[in-house]
Amino acid sequence: MLVSIIFIPIGVASLYASRDVVEIIDRYETDCLPENSRSNKDQKVQYIQGPGNKTCSRTIRVPKHMKKPIYVYYQLDNFYQNHRRYVKSRSDEQLRKNSSASDVDACKPEDNGVNGLPIVPCGLIAWSLFNDTYTFSRNSQKLVVNKKGISWKSDREHKFGKDVYPKNFQNGTLRGGKLLDSSIPLSEQEDLIVWMRTAALPTFRKLYGKIEEDLQPNDVIQVILENNYNTYSFSGKKKLVLSTTSWLGGKNDFLGIAYLTVGGLCFFLAVAFTVVYLVKPRQLGDPSYLSWNRNPGGH
Amino acid sequence: MVRGRIRARLRRSHLYTFSCMRPAPSVTEGPNPVQGAGFSRTVFCNQSLLHKKKPFKYSSNSISTTKYNPLTFFPKALFEQFRRVANLYFLLAALLSLTPVSPFTPVSMIAPLAFVVGLSMAKEALEDWRRFLQDMKINLRKVKVHVGDGVFRYRAWRKVQVGDVIKVEKDQFFPADLLLLSSSYEDGICYVETMNLDGETNLKVKRSLEVTLPLEDDGTFKDFTGKIQCEDPNPNLYTFVGNLEYDRQVYPLDPMQILLRDSKLRNTTYVYGVVVFTGHDSKVMQNSTNSPSKRSRVEQKMDYIIYLLFTLLVVISLVSSIGFAFKTKNDMPDMWYLRPDDDTDDMYNPKKSAVSGLIHLVTALILYGYLIPISLYVSIEVVKVLQASFINKDIHMYDEETGNTANARTSNLNEELGQVDTILSDKTGTLTCNQMDFLKCSIAGISYGTRASEVELAAAKQMAMDLGEQADDFSNFPMHKDKKASEIELETVVTTNNDRRTAIKGFSFEDTRLMNGNWMKEPNNDVLLMFFRVLSVCQTAIPELNEETGTYTYEAESPDEGAFLVAAREFGFEFYKRTQSSVIVREKYNSSGKPVEREYKILNVLDFTSKRKRMSVIVQDEDGQILVFAKGADSIMFERLAKNGRVYEEATTKHLNEYGENGLRTLALVFKKLEESEYSAWNNEFQKAKTSIGADRDVMLEQASDMMEKDFILLGATAVEDKLQSGVPQCIDKLAQAGLKIWVLTGDKMETAINIGYSCSLLRQGMKQICISATNSDALAQESKEAVKENILNQITNGSQMVKLEKDPHAAFALIIDGKTLTYALEDDMKHVFLGLAVDCASVICCRVSPRQKALVTRLVKEGTGRITLAIGDGANDVGMIQEADIGVGISGVEGMQAVMASDFSISQFRFLERLLVVHGHWCYKRIAQMICYFFYKNIAFGLTLFYFEAYTGFSGQSMYDDLYMLSFNVILTSLPVISLGVFEQDVSSEVCLQFPALYQQGAKNLFFDWRRILGWIGNGVYASLIIFFLNILILYHQAFRVGGETADMTVMGTTMFTCIIWVVNSQIALTMSHFTWIQHVLVWSSIGMWYLLLLLYGLASPSYSGNAHKLLIEALAPAPIFWASSLLVTVTCNLPYFAHISYQRCFNPMDHHIIQEIKYYKKDVEDQHMWTRERSKARQETKIGFTARVDAKIRHLRGRLQKKHSSMGGTQNTVPAL
Repeated sequence: MLVSIIFIPIGVASLYASRDVVEIIDRYETDCLPENSRSNKDQKVQYIQGPGNKTCSRTIRVPKHMKKPIYVYYQLDNFYQNHRRYVKSRSDEQLRKNSSASDVDACKPEDNGVNGLPIVPCGLIAWSLFNDTYTFSRNSQKLVVNKKGISWKSDREHKFGKDVYPKNFQNGTLRGGKLLDSSIPLSEQEDLIVWMRTAALPTFRKLYGKIEEDLQPNDVIQVILENNYNTYSFSGKKKLVLSTTSWLGGKNDFLGIAYLTVGGLCFFLAVAFTVVYLVKPRQLGDPSYLSWNRNPGGH
Repeated sequence: MVRGRIRARLRRSHLYTFSCMRPAPSVTEGPNPVQGAGFSRTVFCNQSLLHKKKPFKYSSNSISTTKYNPLTFFPKALFEQFRRVANLYFLLAALLSLTPVSPFTPVSMIAPLAFVVGLSMAKEALEDWRRFLQDMKINLRKVKVHVGDGVFRYRAWRKVQVGDVIKVEKDQFFPADLLLLSSSYEDGICYVETMNLDGETNLKVKRSLEVTLPLEDDGTFKDFTGKIQCEDPNPNLYTFVGNLEYDRQVYPLDPMQILLRDSKLRNTTYVYGVVVFTGHDSKVMQNSTNSPSKRSRVEQKMDYIIYLLFTLLVVISLVSSIGFAFKTKNDMPDMWYLRPDDDTDDMYNPKKSAVSGLIHLVTALILYGYLIPISLYVSIEVVKVLQASFINKDIHMYDEETGNTANARTSNLNEELGQVDTILSDKTGTLTCNQMDFLKCSIAGISYGTRASEVELAAAKQMAMDLGEQADDFSNFPMHKDKKASEIELETVVTTNNDRRTAIKGFSFEDTRLMNGNWMKEPNNDVLLMFFRVLSVCQTAIPELNEETGTYTYEAESPDEGAFLVAAREFGFEFYKRTQSSVIVREKYNSSGKPVEREYKILNVLDFTSKRKRMSVIVQDEDGQILVFAKGADSIMFERLAKNGRVYEEATTKHLNEYGENGLRTLALVFKKLEESEYSAWNNEFQKAKTSIGADRDVMLEQASDMMEKDFILLGATAVEDKLQSGVPQCIDKLAQAGLKIWVLTGDKMETAINIGYSCSLLRQGMKQICISATNSDALAQESKEAVKENILNQITNGSQMVKLEKDPHAAFALIIDGKTLTYALEDDMKHVFLGLAVDCASVICCRVSPRQKALVTRLVKEGTGRITLAIGDGANDVGMIQEADIGVGISGVEGMQAVMASDFSISQFRFLERLLVVHGHWCYKRIAQMICYFFYKNIAFGLTLFYFEAYTGFSGQSMYDDLYMLSFNVILTSLPVISLGVFEQDVSSEVCLQFPALYQQGAKNLFFDWRRILGWIGNGVYASLIIFFLNILILYHQAFRVGGETADMTVMGTTMFTCIIWVVNSQIALTMSHFTWIQHVLVWSSIGMWYLLLLLYGLASPSYSGNAHKLLIEALAPAPIFWASSLLVTVTCNLPYFAHISYQRCFNPMDHHIIQEIKYYKKDVEDQHMWTRERSKARQETKIGFTARVDAKIRHLRGRLQKKHSSMGGTQNTVPAL
């Protein structure tokens, strides 16, 4: 009973918070392919791996008022960032200190570049960095996407060195994801920092940036995106997500529903037990329930 | 000393007529044939130097009972450790963790294993060290050894060698098996106490060869040499075959000349002997078997659960590896970000997916290893050691007399104590103190002695209580006054006995009519006089003056005899001197008023044997009158009364029955007068029989004594209480109420055993006794073995038939069987029939059993019934039984340490067994059972989340949790609460346990560790793991998990989930516990607190250690409400079914302890005393043995009588019946 009294309000509150969040999702991986490349996987992969301009333009309509900050996420699907081979393929020491640049044992097969020198940042995670880009404009007026502060502060300060610059990165025969500007220290490469926090599930969102402006209902937003990242090989979806947050974070009704369910269940049980107790009370400490009284002649 | 010397010079042969008669000169028999296999041992007497080298080098006299020595300790102990499947698995996992296959770092695998194994081995080492110290204590005992030239020096036992001549002094133990050469007595007799070998306290006589008699002082050994040829070392205590070659003559040796190690020299100043068997060759050591390492049933069952989990582990590992292989083969080539083109690593090679799959199987086996709780063994061990220390420190099991506490010598079996079904008990020293108290007598048809026996006392108390309870039933019953009267009567019995003193050992008689010479004023004082004379003369004891008090004490063959003499002394007939041929008694009260010394010339002694059940002395008093004094079992003696000697028969019989019912040992005392001529005629016969040679000598002697022992005149009877150890009947009663079966296995003779059965309420009047015994020993020799077997089988089947046909539900059967019969009954084809009968009987008494048979019976019960057996004993003769039983309990403090050394638990009094079982056993069982269940629960709840996560990672073997979390899960975060559960949990307090012995049945029935319960817990674990995993996954899906817009990465998800696990398992244990003290509160809640602290500290550590967990708590989780909200939600959801289950159980199907908890909680027991006592009495199991049963039977009997009276009175309701 007590539990249900506590749980139901929590459930209502979190549900309310979740409902408050405005979320816009735009799936674009197929739409951004040219018509003639959409028919099968090989064509898709060929297109994405081929040279040429992959710019794509999307239009998004804002359904409700969105209060700043509005978070811009990219969402990947069927991407196993949690695969053991992937997760282990990094060198925290190397990311942190310039002096540990050659600490690449864990990074195979992205440990040393073609020239035999260690890659900084090494490993599969960094190598496969997401490289689609988005630019937003409202009524042909550019919306600034703030890419600062999208990663954890502690990561920037303690885990990615200010004196560590990308070296030998993506200079192999096989190119993975994004190229890094070798003049910017890793601690300021926030896209990388966010990416290096491997996701727990194969479907995940990562923060791209923040729009520090309110969006009004029925605003139409033009998105110019560069569709570079290959998710076509593994048939992964790509989505662009714009979302506000509440005190509970993003939009997810589950927590509220779960609280309500459990609270309701507790309530039901409490009522059931009370009813049963009223209908067929058992006096506490009633000796007639002792086993030797229930079935005479011993057990 | 002077007196001792005189005694030593007594020609003892006069006293001992049958047993000690020298056999016909040995020359006629010739040497024993001791050639060939099995008879290779040669001992060169007094030439121990010859035994220094082969082929006569025999084992040294130092003994070792340790399991390990410094060299073998490591390999052996390690081997022992890795015999546990789980440990072996973890060893393999630890080895594999050194390869890249492992999902974890090597340290996180090896450290817990090393800790667990190290701790267990340290415990082993400590236990073995204790054993070593004990051995050393024995090895370093000193004994006088002949060092040459007739000089004897003290030497440590371990240095004694075969061939050494040794001088053992009074009350010393023999250091090895010795050949007796001579003793301080002229005829080479010595007295030996073999308590440690067979548990019998009466002294045994050993006799040296005639030829070695002259070797009677130190000097004579200067030139002594001899050669012994004898059998090889063997465990047979009662045989010895060998020859002594001395002075170019060969003499045969038999067991009479062998003094066995660990027996004690008594009543003899010194003996000389040659060492024949040393150390481990000695018979007693050969008899000792290696103490088997015992494991409790709960632990054995635990192994099955571990196997079950292993199966689960293998199954999910297979699922994972197959999934992985498919994923690698089909999907991985497309996952460019994993660089599938790089095929240097077989672990992730899509082209060799089968190989990858196989490698992954190993990985998965290690990954899911958390299903198997590594810390389970070590936690259980820690818990058991703590439980054991509780047992050791229990003040209620502290014996003030000896200063001994209970001692759990191995802590492996604590929970087994709560599941015992059958108790096999030794008698002497365990149930009884082996001390007889003269309590009552019936002389000339009048019963004397007002003190009640223990049985009477307890019965009276119980009846007073029960009658009080039944007051309601009786209130409208015309017998009201009668009830009152009986109550008063009972009360007087109780009160008079409250101030029971034990001023004189062996004498508890109290009756002013006989004391202080008052007997002379009694009407039949001539009969009384004769009675006391028989008491003081008809014996074979030796008086000893206690210099301090000036009184005489007696060294008697049996404690009964001692009690008689003490009684006679107190009545004024003090036996104070025994000469070679006479007994002198000082009669304090005499018609003349002055003490008179009377000398009785002893003409013949007809010994007491268990077959004859009587003893007689033929004496001539100072007036020349020849008298025959005899005492014996009433059944035998009543047959042998003269026609004119039956005056008091009826009254005496009645008294004898009463005494018997009250648990007393009775003997009838008779006498007759003999004419000179009559005697001399008989004596001629007797002497002829005595000197005859050959097989029929015994028969002739028998006939001769039969002729004498008839036409007696009955004087009266004695009743002696075989003093039980304090609290024994009560304890047996409680144990019986707790539903335990009690078997008594004793080396004593049948009558004694039965008597004890009566006095400790294992037997009672009205119980149907099924006595099974081989017809008799003579027949045994003649009839073929088959016939005897047939006979016994018949008896057994008859018995079973009888039990089956019995209709009366209150009828109880007792099975009494003797050792000889048992040899047959224990044979393979018969033992199950025997067991079947024994199980149907309320009590079983086995008498005359050898130590080996004790062990065999124990094994039979253990294996035949499949129940848990507990053996309790105090002497070395119980060692086999103690080791064989599931639990061995040794009684410490009285005699010897062998039983204690072999036991698993030692207590100083039998009565502590009650507390040990009913309180500690009950608790320990519940604790361990709950603890193990919980352990599996928590590890399943944790381990399975790893598996579910695999499905999301393409079965790649990635764990969601940081290595540190995994490492600390079992060790820091969840171990202490479960240990506190194992140590402190108690469902009901100890008083309630004792008041409701029926609660013990919960253990014996294994209610808390049956498969239903175990599977319930496992199911609960699976449920919890599902809830924890999927709720978290859904809550922390892909959206931002906090206001700052960050999404949950693997670390956040893992940590949140882990937090939930910690909350769930710790709240679960809080729900499980019913006994909360501040310790539990602190431990449970601090475990949760510890997790946050750990997380905080880990976050503060440099990122090179903490990796992604750096500053996790402060920065990411703590400010996110969703983190806290999910903990709360998951915790409640996980515990909801368990909560509902226990609520349901409490409401509709409460168990006994629940109700009692409630009664206690609401203080109902205080408010409603009546209900409380009623329930207490109802809680007793329907027992057929014990006091309660005895009292019940008595009440039934009385009620039956009342009913009859009532009906016969018809309508005369208003007349007050006089009763």
